[in-house]
Amino acid sequence: MTDSVQEWEVVIGLEVHCELNTASKLFCGCANVFGDEPNTNICPTCLGLPGSLPVVNEAAVTKAMTLGRALGCTVSNSIFARKNYFYPDMPKDYQVTQYEEPTNSDGELALGDGSIVQIERAHIEEDTGKTTHVGGDGRIHGAGHSLVDYNRAGVPLVEIVSRPVIRSARQAKTYVEELRAVVLAIDVSDARMDQGSMRVDANVSVRPVGSDELRTRSEVKNINSLRSLGLAIEYETRRHIDLYEAGESPLQQTRHWDEAAGRTRDGRSKEDADDYRYFAEPDLVPLEPTQAQIAAIDESLPPSPALRRTRLAEAVGVDPADVAIVVMRGQDQLALDAVGIGADGAKTLARIENELAVEDWSAITADALADVVTRETTGKLSATQAKHVIAGLVEAGGTVDEVVATLGIASVDSGELVGMLDALIEQHEDEWARLADGDRKLQGFFVGQIMQLTNGQADGKIVQTLIAERLR
Amino acid sequence: MQLMSERITRDEVAHVADLARLALSSDELDRFTTQLSDVLEHAADVEALDLSDVEPMAHPLPLVNVLRPDAIVRSVDRDAVLAEAPDVEEDQFRVPTILGDQP
Repeated sequence: MTDSVQEWEVVIGLEVHCELNTASKLFCGCANVFGDEPNTNICPTCLGLPGSLPVVNEAAVTKAMTLGRALGCTVSNSIFARKNYFYPDMPKDYQVTQYEEPTNSDGELALGDGSIVQIERAHIEEDTGKTTHVGGDGRIHGAGHSLVDYNRAGVPLVEIVSRPVIRSARQAKTYVEELRAVVLAIDVSDARMDQGSMRVDANVSVRPVGSDELRTRSEVKNINSLRSLGLAIEYETRRHIDLYEAGESPLQQTRHWDEAAGRTRDGRSKEDADDYRYFAEPDLVPLEPTQAQIAAIDESLPPSPALRRTRLAEAVGVDPADVAIVVMRGQDQLALDAVGIGADGAKTLARIENELAVEDWSAITADALADVVTRETTGKLSATQAKHVIAGLVEAGGTVDEVVATLGIASVDSGELVGMLDALIEQHEDEWARLADGDRKLQGFFVGQIMQLTNGQADGKIVQTLIAERLR
Repeated sequence: MQLMSERITRDEVAHVADLARLALSSDELDRFTTQLSDVLEHAADVEALDLSDVEPMAHPLPLVNVLRPDAIVRSVDRDAVLAEAPDVEEDQFRVPTILGDQP
């Protein structure tokens, strides 16, 4: 009998809901605003009152198709469907979504780590209202109730469904980050997980390493940060493995991430798709975008983050993964411009990554950045001085000369240092001779003298190099 | 029961009734099983036709792309709506806690 340890791998598919940043809702003219007074943006249509009829918001469709094209999806003729279920967050008792013929299908997203995640579909649907559970006080046998705010009911959403090809919690987070970068770049949503305008459900299952089967999955909801996404996936993975190793099987079910407890909890058993009794929404006619419309959308798309990474990486001469942070922060154009002006690529990238990790870096110009970097690489500014100057430029803008003057940094160039060293050698002939004879302690004496003459502004490393050159 | 049709079972009718939140008596389940089977029998007649030349359609009207501009239209007055609600708290609709979760 062999006692081999079974190795498991996790299989993850993500459903990302993105609220579109239109002015009005998907099917009515109510304002699409987060944080308004409860039930102030409601009307007969989004309340599902009898006699009301939905009319599709043109901007929502355009934004949805723009997102689809940005994800490399095919945009097709599409229809809306009713998904029937009873829950107080949907006053109509059905949600209008797209089922059999979604607007966007078969796309992919290239991630910063070099991997590619296939996207099955990105369909349009309406958001639900917001329910808040009010717990009982324990005296009335734990009775509780819920309060419903329909301001969010009918807000346009795109649900982006990945194929089950994500293989780790880390990759899942990278995928959501990349999706967020794309969504922000094309301005279709503010994509804030903390406000719920971007929400992630994770379908998680495990299987023996080397197998290509898809086992029973659980769908984890209520994930409201990237950190929770990683923790929830890791928790579910462990739970599934433990069940299999105990000879049991996980149930196909919805589970809720409990942030405080750091675990997932039982939800209801997942209904079959059949139980939603989808059927074509009779109140809405099909969407049939023209080729010209799709071409115009393609024309309007800014370069993708993946393309921007490749472009910057080539300009700087590094791997695309090494420029991911700078591109994510939207600082790639600054870097390209500075390098275009003549600044050293690797040094520019390092300075942006380390010194521009701030909320607002709009005051620093590419000219100024290129100037600082070039002064640093040619020894006119020490590394420490360069960092101070960049901080000054971020704070107040202006030119490097202005910041240097404000900070009282005496820009010391190598030429001046050579002159100073010559003078010092004349003044201290004995010390120089002893240094030349190998008394290394005296190097510190000469460096110290130059530091004194420059009020500490000279770059110690450069001074040492100059001394070494003179000794040769 | 005459013609306990194979089109739909009594259990399926009970399941659909449950999804639709309908409480049906045993007699009603029998009756609706027969009636729904008749409806499905009729659908089967249509299915039996050769429709390979007919384009599938999602809507009977020859209309596509009925859209409205993205403009905010003043919403109804909150108090008027809440006045119609069975129960209200903090300007929201107050509902019983629902067992189970939303899909």
